[in-house]
Amino acid sequence: MSAIVEARASIPRENARGLEADARRERISMFSLCTPSLLVVALIVFLPVGWLFWLSFFDPAGQPTLENYARMFDSRAYIKTFTMTFKVSFMVTGVCVLIGYPLAYLISQLPARAAGVCMVFVILPFWTSLLVRTYAWLVLLQRKGIINGWLIDLGIIDEPLRLVHNFTGTVIGMIHILLPFLVLPLYAAMKSIDRDYLKAASNLGASPVRAFWQIFFPLSLPGLFAGVVLVFVLCLGFYVTPALLGGGKVHMWAMRIESSVNLYANWGAASALGVVLLVVTLVLLWGLNRLFGLDRVYSGR
Amino acid sequence: MAAGSQSLPITISGVTKAYGALKALDDVSIDVASREFITLLGPSGSGKTTLLMVLAGFVRPDYGSVKFGDEEVITKPPHRRDVGMVFQNYALFPHMNVFGNIAYPLKLRNVPRPDVEQRVERALDLVQLGGLGDRGVDQLSGGQRQRVALARAIVFEPRILLMDEPLSALDKKLREQMQIEIKHLHEKLDMTIVYVTHDQREALTMSDRVAVINHGRFMQIDEPKRLYGRPLNRFVADFIGESSFLPVSVQDGVARLDGTELKLDGRPASDSERQLLVVRPEKLEVLENGQGGDLNCLTGTVSDLIFQGESFLFYVKIADGTVIAVRSPSRRESIAAVPGVGEPIRLGLHPEDTIVVPENP
Repeated sequence: MSAIVEARASIPRENARGLEADARRERISMFSLCTPSLLVVALIVFLPVGWLFWLSFFDPAGQPTLENYARMFDSRAYIKTFTMTFKVSFMVTGVCVLIGYPLAYLISQLPARAAGVCMVFVILPFWTSLLVRTYAWLVLLQRKGIINGWLIDLGIIDEPLRLVHNFTGTVIGMIHILLPFLVLPLYAAMKSIDRDYLKAASNLGASPVRAFWQIFFPLSLPGLFAGVVLVFVLCLGFYVTPALLGGGKVHMWAMRIESSVNLYANWGAASALGVVLLVVTLVLLWGLNRLFGLDRVYSGR
Repeated sequence: MAAGSQSLPITISGVTKAYGALKALDDVSIDVASREFITLLGPSGSGKTTLLMVLAGFVRPDYGSVKFGDEEVITKPPHRRDVGMVFQNYALFPHMNVFGNIAYPLKLRNVPRPDVEQRVERALDLVQLGGLGDRGVDQLSGGQRQRVALARAIVFEPRILLMDEPLSALDKKLREQMQIEIKHLHEKLDMTIVYVTHDQREALTMSDRVAVINHGRFMQIDEPKRLYGRPLNRFVADFIGESSFLPVSVQDGVARLDGTELKLDGRPASDSERQLLVVRPEKLEVLENGQGGDLNCLTGTVSDLIFQGESFLFYVKIADGTVIAVRSPSRRESIAAVPGVGEPIRLGLHPEDTIVVPENP
């Protein structure tokens, strides 16, 4: 034993330099493997966003201006669009939670086979075109549509309800399209809750109702937040459904961007709207992160 | 810790639970005395955990009766049974810290806040985690989690405590330390403990009595010493400790091995004709020539010799070709007696250690 110790001491820091250089070479070569993906990210994310940002400071004549931003605070139409976007987003997110939470809970408690079948029905709409689904709602909800027809035939109402070409129709259509985005992360979070937690709660004296609210619900919150963030952020930039089901009465942010480009050919104004939407979304995510810790949300803990 | 509560006896009778054709519990009956530490010991799939879950109320048996004291609890939901339980994976709530976890059962019982703090602190001291109340669950080591789970299960002073393989996730050293701690805790607390494990050494270390279970039936219920020294059947002899088995024939209470009468301490427990001699490695003595007149003798040749530190393990091939294991402590005087491989050897077995058991019932 002592002979080994002596032998080691006789050669001071053998190969130390060579090993250090080797480690440096490895770091550099490993990092260089990332360059293709970094280039792609730069090309399809930072370049267009930067271009957008740049454009937003020019008027249609190509002169530098801040008017595109100033307009958002002055023009009533812009402010109305802004509030409408948030109204729709909150409404859709809220109803999605009310429908989605019990749905995800139900599926998470079903035996594996039944849960699989139910999940197919949740995911099925994903495989159908957004446009087709939105037009289908038009057929269902219109004045002489199926729903009004049934309600009148059953004698529940005399006059057809105004279900579409307004706020209601927009919200119904968007809920249908966005619900899976809430249910999927929520279901995954619920599935990962160990049933032993509920057993333990019950063993310690918690009635099923208390065990749900004190143990299951708090543990499902990260999944719920993930779903809420997804749905809300998607709502903010939604275009097709409000354009078709809103009947021109529901002006969303994305529609304002579209009209700036197509109607007024004002790229500067459209860019400024895009930048503001991006900033609002980022601020929202930052705020949620501060409040609930989104890193925990995405790691599913 | 016991103020108002008093530990309760448990009476289980005729409990049966079938999953399809498989009977997880087959007409199981046992009386557990108040304050007793009883261990359900068996291989995986033997029904030991199912029985514990029946006691906790998580598994509904097909029929049978479970009484805590005089009260029939078989249809009582788990949250009204008032029994503490330590889960195999601890099941500590990840969204609460240590204090929150231990205080949870007290809050459910509407204990006033100052009392809660006092009792949680006392429970933490009891499991030697004093001052760790504000730690997060994920900041704890495996051993600490185990202690928190234990504290949570006893803080509300249940009269019965159930433990489902609570030490199986710990390393050997910590496990042995916790075994002693739990044993001491049981002496301090006024609780009847039902403990489930597949580790026979753990069962022998901790329990007042051990119930060996296999295929949903009790094989033997006895004190650790009797269970080891007087197994009732092959399963128990095989499951507890190491054993070699040699066939013997029994007639009129006399057991014969290869025609030689075995000296027994009493009569064989069973009357069946074909039985087995249970040979524990450490019960055999290596005999010098002419020694061992009052012992049962076996002769053979050494086929293998293994040095294991604290002991020698050697395998001896006896006359009929069976190989039996012999363990001899590595002490000065016994090292001298250990023969080399291939040499003939005589082994002696004291009549008190000579156990004859029937094949499995």
